[in-house]
Amino acid sequence: MSKVQLSNVIKTYPNGAEAVRGVDMEIQSGEFIVFVGPSGCGKSTLLRMIAGLEKITDGQIHIDDGLINDVSPADRDVAMVFQNYALYPHMTVRGNMSYGLKNRGMPKSEIDKKVTDAAEMLRIGDFLDRQPNQLSGGQRQRVAMGRAIVREPKVFLFDEPLSNLDAKLRVQMRIEIKRLQRRMNVTSIYVTHDQTEAMTLADRLAVINDGKIEQMGAPIDLYNNPETLFVASFIGSPQVNLLPVTFDGQHLVNGNLKLAGFSDLPNSKELVLGIRPDELSLDDNGQFPLRVDIVEQHGSDNLIYGGILGATDDGVEEMEFCFKTSQDMLPDLDSTLTLGFNAERAMVFDKTTGDRLR
Amino acid sequence: MKRVQFEHSAIPYLFVAPQIIIILVFFLWPAAQAIYQSFLLEDAFGLSSQFVWFRNYEDTIFSDSWLQAAGFTIVFSAIVTFLSLALALLLAVKANEVIRGASTYKTTLMWAYAIAPPVAGLMGNLMFNPLIGDMYKFLNAIGWDFDHKLDSFDAGFVVVLISVWKQVSVNFIFFLSGLQGIPKSVNEASMMDCRSPTRRFWTITFPLLAPTTFFLMVINITYAFFETFGIIDTTTRGAPGGATNTLVFKVFQDGFRGADLGGSSAQSVVLMIMVLALTVVQFRFIERKVHY
Amino acid sequence: MKQWNWRLISTHAILIVGVCFMSLPVWVAFATSTHSAEHILRNGLQFWPGSDFVETYRQVLFVDGGVMKSVLGTTMLKNSLILGIGFAVGKVIISMLAAYAIVYFRFKLAVPLFWVIFMTLLLPLEVRIIPSYEVVAGLGLLDTHVGLIVPLIASATGTFFFRQFFRSVPDELLEAARLDGATAWGFFKDILVPLSKTMIAAILIIMFVVGWNQYLWPLIMTTKEENYTLVIGIKQIYQILAEGGELPQYQKAFALTILATLPPVLVVLVFQNWFVKGLVESEK
Ligand SMILES: Nc1ncnc2c1ncn2[C@@H]1O[C@H](COP(=O)(O)OP(=O)(O)OP(=O)(O)O)[C@@H](O)[C@H]1O
Ligand SMILES: [Mg+2]
Repeated sequence: MSKVQLSNVIKTYPNGAEAVRGVDMEIQSGEFIVFVGPSGCGKSTLLRMIAGLEKITDGQIHIDDGLINDVSPADRDVAMVFQNYALYPHMTVRGNMSYGLKNRGMPKSEIDKKVTDAAEMLRIGDFLDRQPNQLSGGQRQRVAMGRAIVREPKVFLFDEPLSNLDAKLRVQMRIEIKRLQRRMNVTSIYVTHDQTEAMTLADRLAVINDGKIEQMGAPIDLYNNPETLFVASFIGSPQVNLLPVTFDGQHLVNGNLKLAGFSDLPNSKELVLGIRPDELSLDDNGQFPLRVDIVEQHGSDNLIYGGILGATDDGVEEMEFCFKTSQDMLPDLDSTLTLGFNAERAMVFDKTTGDRLR
Repeated sequence: MKRVQFEHSAIPYLFVAPQIIIILVFFLWPAAQAIYQSFLLEDAFGLSSQFVWFRNYEDTIFSDSWLQAAGFTIVFSAIVTFLSLALALLLAVKANEVIRGASTYKTTLMWAYAIAPPVAGLMGNLMFNPLIGDMYKFLNAIGWDFDHKLDSFDAGFVVVLISVWKQVSVNFIFFLSGLQGIPKSVNEASMMDCRSPTRRFWTITFPLLAPTTFFLMVINITYAFFETFGIIDTTTRGAPGGATNTLVFKVFQDGFRGADLGGSSAQSVVLMIMVLALTVVQFRFIERKVHY
Repeated sequence: MKQWNWRLISTHAILIVGVCFMSLPVWVAFATSTHSAEHILRNGLQFWPGSDFVETYRQVLFVDGGVMKSVLGTTMLKNSLILGIGFAVGKVIISMLAAYAIVYFRFKLAVPLFWVIFMTLLLPLEVRIIPSYEVVAGLGLLDTHVGLIVPLIASATGTFFFRQFFRSVPDELLEAARLDGATAWGFFKDILVPLSKTMIAAILIIMFVVGWNQYLWPLIMTTKEENYTLVIGIKQIYQILAEGGELPQYQKAFALTILATLPPVLVVLVFQNWFVKGLVESEK
């Protein structure tokens, strides 16, 4: 049970790459934090700085009340699960799990007990005397988790731990990780670029872009109330529909489209309107004529992709929209649907700064 | 280098210390000595010495005997390299073709790697011994007036033969593993594109083996320059009349037998320069290999 | 179909000729070593083993003055083993330590020290024979195992090999070990060395052969007969045969070549797979 605090953390690699550009964050004891962001945004770097595997260029990291900038990884009392698991290939599962405890001088009987308990919890008790190359991917993943668990660290760190598993196993392990974390109540930081993992695991989600935190909060808040265009487009699957518009005092305008219901927006700026696919609805009085291109049947619901008639991007292409609806809605291709939306729940962003205006 | 490294002040120095100390004492210091001595001329009793600039170099390197040794070394190296590579390549290609008995062939062709050059030298020497050597009798019987004690061509023949014999197995091992490293799909594709096995070999297989061949060339030249010392020392010893002296054998002869310290050192320094050149060539090649 | 058969036959024929070329000399050496000196002198080299096997090898191995002036074959065998094993083990230890420091530590002199090690490739013994002899003599190490082995083990080949191998070990392993609280020594001992087991075995085999076959260095380093290795014994018997005498003991010379050949060949054959792997990998 520990809290983690980052203040103005910066990382510049020796080659000049600015991977992290000033991150402030306070993580409460027992919280499950997830870092998401596009590839190369600095998630791993941030995590590795907390682990002590990467030197901090500037700023401070505290665990509980101790400043740990210059504490060695072994003394930070953190445990990490790596993407490729990093199991010691020549040691048995038991050897892998007990190595860290041995190094801490724990008596053998106690180590045995902890390893057995953890193995039971992870259902790898039968494999304790096997070597990693005799295990399946999922089992190796559990061993990597087990190695972290037995240490009973102050903080768990995960760097894309599930990305080497197949889709089904990934869902299963995701649930298991969440369950374990609840049960052990250890502060955890988890890096992923999988939407669903991020949304389902996190108590709070940090969206990282270009070495900075764009927004941090409960996943559902980020979904409902993104503060920036980046967060809005990054969170949510299928992606939010975006339409470049200008404001003429009463309407948002794009080509022939004039969308009513908006006020108090600057009329000189280029804006972007964002509407989630599930906020659209069939509406005979609606303002979006959608010409159907593709219908994807996902089971419980269908996703209908098509061009918005009259709307253009740079005057060339039709804007493509996605409309999420129920499974019995199966329009013909090239037919036209009329869609409406709730202006109250639509989002408007400044195109240049990306800031949310309403 | 590793993403994460230990940062300690003393430990890494402790770890490299043994090797570095030995290198300083037994490599760098003697090498420096050799360079230094190459500029000195000792008097007949080794009591005093005098700094003579490049005189030792002029005296030895422009001497007939050194030039003769240099000439022999170059011709000898070229022939040994070519023959042992060609023979090994032929055997490796054939061994790679067969399915039945492949591992037996492999084993029986590679084990000679473990034989020391002087041992090979002595064995060969005895085979060519005029009293008991059947090779000697055989060559004379087929009408070759063979006498390696007197005829410099015949002496060269003996040394080359033994040197090639000793080197084939190393080359064989590398060629075979190079051949086995060629993806099966490439071979299959070439079989569909080209009917003639010979043509396939020269247009597909051999070019793919080029890196191995080049690497082996450097290794073989180095071998012919240096490691054949043991063979020469147990066969001809440079006879007749210095015709089979290699440069290395001559350094040894002049330094230990002849006690010409300055001259021997000057020869050593010239050899160092040759090694340097070989190493540069080798590294050029390794750099190029990285781009593949 | 017929043509294809011819091809196969010619392939086997070439291989068999190759095998004979490589193996027959050694076989003849062995067969001849089992005949008496008189027989050899009268009839030349022998293709089939004779009746003097036990006598010849007993003389060479166990009888004082049987082959050299005083040293026994068994003593030379022992010296060769000490050189081969000492060289292999020493080389593995020294080069693993150095490679570990170079790959896994950040320290100021890393680059210059790497170049110092690299320099050894440019300075084979042959180019510094006489000063090296003087250094060893000056340190009073002539005719000692230390003087024989230590100067040989410092060359760069082993270090380069382990450096290459260590670099191929995934970074995450060190990271995981550090989180597990491993010290620099602990990581080396608990993880890196066990991981390198096969590599170590391969290098040990190759280096044993290389050490056993050393010639020039032992030649200038040993002055006393009791320190001869088998390979140096070869040189001596060459000398003895060249000087001539009453009855040249060819069978003993051949026996010595067989004794000097057998142990490294056995090692290579028994550990063939490791040996080939090590040899091919080490040159990458
Ligand atoms: N060791 C390094 N040296 C130099 N630059 C690095 C190093 N490691 C990462 N970077 C750079 O820092 C930036 C952030 O890298 P990081 O690994 O943190 O990204 P990430 O968010 O984890 O990406 P991914 O999702 O692909 O894993 C990248 O631009 C990367 O190129
Ligand atoms: Mg990453």
